[in-house]
Order: sequence, then structure tokens, then C-alpha cells
Amino acid sequence: MTSTTRIRRAGAPRVAGLGFLAPFAIVFALVFLAPIAYALFLSLFADRLVGGVQFVGLDNFARILGDARFWSGVGNVVLFLLVQVPIMLFLSLLVALAIDSGRLHGAAFVRLSVFLPYAVPAVVATLMWGFMYGDRFGLVRSFNEILGTSIASPLAPDTVLAAIGNIVTWQFVGYNMLIFFAALRTVPTSLYEAAEIDGAGELRVITAIKLPAIRGALVIATIFSIIGSFQLFNEPSILRNLAPNAITSYFTPNIWAYELSFSGQQQGLAAAVAILMGILTAVIAYLVQLRGMRKEQR
Amino acid sequence: MKHHHSTALRAGAIAGASLIALAGCSAGTQDPDAAAEAGGTLTVWAWEPTLEAVVEAYEAENEGVDIELVNAGTGNDQYTALQNAIQAGSGVPDIAQIEYFAVPQFAIADSLADISELGAADLDGTFAPGPWSAVSQGDAIVGMPMDSGPMAMFYNAEVFERLGVAVPETWEDYLQAARDLRAADPSVSITNDTGDAGLATSLMWQSGAEPFTVDGTTVGIDLEGDAARYAEIWQPMLDEDLFAPVSSWSDEWFAGMNDGTIASITTGAWMPANLESGAPDAAGDWRVAPMPQWEDGGAASAENGGSSLAVTAASEQAALAYDFLEYATTGDGVQLRLDAGAFPATTADLESQEFLDVEFEYFGGQQANQVFAESSANVVDGWSYLPYQVYANSIFNDTVGQAYVGDTTIVDGLAAWQEQIDAYGQEQGFTIE
Repeated sequence: MTSTTRIRRAGAPRVAGLGFLAPFAIVFALVFLAPIAYALFLSLFADRLVGGVQFVGLDNFARILGDARFWSGVGNVVLFLLVQVPIMLFLSLLVALAIDSGRLHGAAFVRLSVFLPYAVPAVVATLMWGFMYGDRFGLVRSFNEILGTSIASPLAPDTVLAAIGNIVTWQFVGYNMLIFFAALRTVPTSLYEAAEIDGAGELRVITAIKLPAIRGALVIATIFSIIGSFQLFNEPSILRNLAPNAITSYFTPNIWAYELSFSGQQQGLAAAVAILMGILTAVIAYLVQLRGMRKEQR
Repeated sequence: MKHHHSTALRAGAIAGASLIALAGCSAGTQDPDAAAEAGGTLTVWAWEPTLEAVVEAYEAENEGVDIELVNAGTGNDQYTALQNAIQAGSGVPDIAQIEYFAVPQFAIADSLADISELGAADLDGTFAPGPWSAVSQGDAIVGMPMDSGPMAMFYNAEVFERLGVAVPETWEDYLQAARDLRAADPSVSITNDTGDAGLATSLMWQSGAEPFTVDGTTVGIDLEGDAARYAEIWQPMLDEDLFAPVSSWSDEWFAGMNDGTIASITTGAWMPANLESGAPDAAGDWRVAPMPQWEDGGAASAENGGSSLAVTAASEQAALAYDFLEYATTGDGVQLRLDAGAFPATTADLESQEFLDVEFEYFGGQQANQVFAESSANVVDGWSYLPYQVYANSIFNDTVGQAYVGDTTIVDGLAAWQEQIDAYGQEQGFTIE
């Protein structure tokens, strides 16, 4: 008799626990796991205009990995990541430190105006920049007319990635600045007082106190930026209307997945691109996090 | 105009009958007139500006019907959105504007409803043969021709006159005129182009080339022979920077036509309404001439664009949708659209004296329909589009478009285009010849 009670006791809490977990588990399964499972499922099939749906195994993955267009897109986002992200994070850090230094006049105004672009929807911002980039009717033309220069529109194939980088930087400097600034506000002022007593200069305070204190925020911002770079879509997709030859249908992996899916009706290939990019992003983000955290523990 | 009467008579007869029928069935009716009587809400995706007046008039006549006219983008943008909605299985409009070149791709994927049973089967002969064959897919009729796009050259006569350049009659003249215009005023380009698959295929069509041949699921593709002829004019235009590097339908495009820096466009006869709304300041300056020719004294023409209105397979109100379609494409809606500058696909209108005599205020009183009607009669026979033209067009700029940014030539670009649409066709299960 005692043994049955014991079993019931051991079993009952387990069921109750599942009940508490259920609201989260169900939502998690529906909105996180199910789409991934569905993408995996799609990636194993090919839907043909003639012949319909066929199981093709890992064929879609092999074809994507063997396609120069995929690697061209990956190359673009990696280049974007290596150039744009450091510039953007450096600028964000600079502004955050400047505001935090307390020596800036009108700090609240600067903070708001740097952050404001983030509040503009990406689509609107890109349309606006697209117009400014125009060398026939846009700002570039006005600029050329006033100064007598002959600057070409940055929407040419060689410069379009930089033009997009400029838009993204403009949009996200404020966002990252806020992350850094919030982290800087949590540094106890006693540390600064101690540094002052020790005779440390402003630069020394930054390198010895502020930067180490916000390392976590730097890692987070970097990871967000890596993910953002790999998912580059809005800006090039909108600018394609203005520069259809500079921005190809495989300019970034996301654009290519979109084109494969909605112009080519090749959902299987599109799903394979999405999964491959998801894995690549996760691996790189994980490596960055690993490195960031290891230093923090030291 | 005869069919208007018969439609009205039949509508009256069926409306009477439907009063009896209504007792038995409410939703899901198969009778368009009864459906209009019963009312409902329709969503229409179209970018054609003249449809607004049609929707208003239809709603006024059918009080129970509420039509939401949505501009979901022009051309490919809308097709992408539409395919997106069809894939997702929600948000699909009841009616969509689909250009003739894109009809086969939607039809082959069973995305469009067969409307022959709803009354379209009786309409043979109502429409010009080109548009009608474009919406007839085998035994099914998957759309109603809304307009047609026999091509013409729209040009800003004031600019040509001011710069002392004659209006070109052949493509060779056209190239020379492009040079002369630019020499006379460096800010002026004879036209814009950033690589437009629709224009390129229409130029091939006019030149007599047949790059795409379709026989069931067997597709022939040849972009390296006759089809490349347009490059004889287009390549020097590119080499000498004579195009305005502005994409059609962009704000810059309308601005350029408005201020005279884009001096002409060669496009379909549906253009006037767009010029009126997009380049209002240039009213009175523009005129219409026949498309430049490949042979001296020739009269060859091609179609460019032109759209059908199709009922989607996902629509739950096919009968009501068809009633609106009938009104817009064969009923009173046609005249409303013609008044607003659209170009008809209905034979009765194409041949009517009233239509031919219309004086376009925007074109300084020119009877432009005569140019268009002649173009319509001279469209070269034998052209067909790929059954996956939407996809092919979506990669046109990846290949041929690269010639516009200096990396390759149009001829090489065409070869690359052919290679990619060959590969896609095979992947999709077509037999490529």
C-alpha cells in the first residue's frame, strides 16, 4: 500500500508540471518549432509545373551548395558584415561614450536625433534614400548641380552594397547606441571616483572601466548585427526597382530565397536556402558568443 | 454596341428568374446576375487606373455589392504578392489583373477559375483574336480581356521640334534621332531603359522573331538567332549612353516624361491614361506615331502588355466576380474605361467610328486611336510566350540587364538568359528543344 502511494506521489507532480508548462510549450511548438519543421519538410520536395510534387531527398541542398549564385549572395552579406557592422558599432559606441561622458551639450537632443532613424520604418527609409541617391532627379543631382561635380548615383553595381550599408548604418546606429548607453548607465559611479583618485585620465577610464563593463552589451549588439546582416533583405529588395541590374535576383541569400519561392515557385530550393543560412548564422553567432563570454570569464 | 443590349435583356430575364431561384439558394450561387442581386464583397487587385470609375459605377448599379479595389503593385510585384497569397491560402483576391504574358503561368498552376460555364463560353468573337486566345487555355477560359496593347511610339513633339530632330520612322532613324537629341540638349534622352523583359520581347515580336515555341509541355527557346536583332539598335544606344538610366514605372520615369528629358516611349496603346496622370505638365506636347520599323515603309507591330481580369480559383464568389468582370470588360464598364483613356480589346469598339474619331486632348487633339487601331491590325502573327514567362522575366536583369551596366553585351546576355530559362524549364518538367 505504501508503495502505491509513493508511486502516485512521484507521478502526480510530473503531470502537474506538464500542465504548467503547456501554455508555453504549445505556443513555442506552434510558432517556433512547427515553421522550422515545415521548412525542413519543404526542403525535401520539389514542386514542378509539369509533374507536380516529388520527393527529392537532399537534392535541393546539394543544388544550392553547388550554385555559384548562392555563394555570390553569401559573399555579399559576409562582405557587408565585415565592413558595415564594425563601422556601425564603432559609431554607436562613440556616440554612447560621448553622451555618457556628461560633457556633451544637449545630450538628450543628440540621443533622440541619433535614435530617430530607427523609428522610421525600413521600407520608408529605403524609399527616401533611394530617392536621394538618384542622379537624375534626386539629391545627388541637386548636389552635382550646385557644386558642379559629377558624382554618379551610388546605385551602380560597384557601389550599391556601400549605399545599402549607409542606409543600414543610418538606421541602426541609434539602436545600438541605446544598448551601449543603457549598459554604461549601470556602471557604479564609485568606480569613476576611485579612478579619479588614482589619477586616471578620461581615455584610461574608457579602456579600463567602461569598455570591460559593457562587454556583454557589445557581444549582444554584435550578434544582433551578424543576424541582421545575414538576413539583409528590405533595403536591397526595395532598391531593386531603381537599380534592377545592380541588385540581382540573388544579391543576398534572402532575396534569392524570395525569388526562388515567389518568381520561380521553387519552395523546396527556397527552404533549403533558408535552412542553410539559418545554420550558417547560428554557427557564426555561436562562435562570437563563445569568444565574447570566454573573455568575460577571464 | 449590340452586345450591350443583349446583355441587358438577358440580365433582366435572369433577374426575374432569380427571384424564384433565390428562395432555394442563397450563397454559392452559380448565376452571376443572381449573385449581383444577392450582393456581397469583392476584392479586386489591379493597377489599371481606369477601373476606379468602373467600380464606382458598378457599385451604384448593384447596391448590395461592395468592391474593394486594391493596387497591390504593378506587374511582377503584384504577381509575387498574388502567388504569395495563393501559396499561403489566405488573402487571395477574388479578381486579379493579369497581363497576357503571365496568364499561362497562373493557368498551368491551376490558380485561376475556369469561367466558361459562367457565361464566358458565349463570348467568342466579342474580343480581338489576340487577347481572346491569350485567355483561352485549352477548353478553359481563365480570364476576360480587359485591354490590349498594340504598340506605338509616344513622343514629346515639343521636344523634337525645339531640338530640330525629325520623328523617326525606322529603327535606324531612331538611333540617329537619339544621338541628335542628345547632341542638341545633353539632358534629353530619346527614351529610358534599364533592361525591360517586356519591351525586349515585344521588340523581338515586331522584328518577326519567334524565340519561344510552345507545344503542350514541349518548349523551344532560341534567343540567339533572329531574336537578337534588336541588339543592332540597342547595343549602340547602350555603348553611347543614349538611354536615360531610369526604370519604367519609377517616380523618376514619370518626372522625366513630365519635364521633357525623356522624349519618347515605345509601348502599348494602354499608355495614355498613365501619361495623363503621371505626366500632367506635358499635356498637349505629346503625340503618337507608329512604332519605328525594321524595313523602310513597313507597318509591322507587336503587342506590349495588355491585361486580362481573372477570377482566382480560390475565390468563393466566382459568380459575383464574373458579373463584375462582364460589366467591366463587355458591359457599360468598357465605355467608362475608354473615356478615361484605356484601349479596348472588344472588336465592336475597335471598329467603331466613334472610337476612331476620339480626339485626345492630351495629344493636342490627335485622333490617336487610328494609330493604335492600325497597329492592332498589323501585329505580327505567330508569337507566343513561355509558359513560365513570369519567372523568365524575373531573371532578365540578372543576364541581359548586365549589358546595361557595362559588364557584357546584349547578345551575350541573351545567351545567358537562354541558358538559365532552359535549365529552369527542364527542372520544371518541360521538354526543352
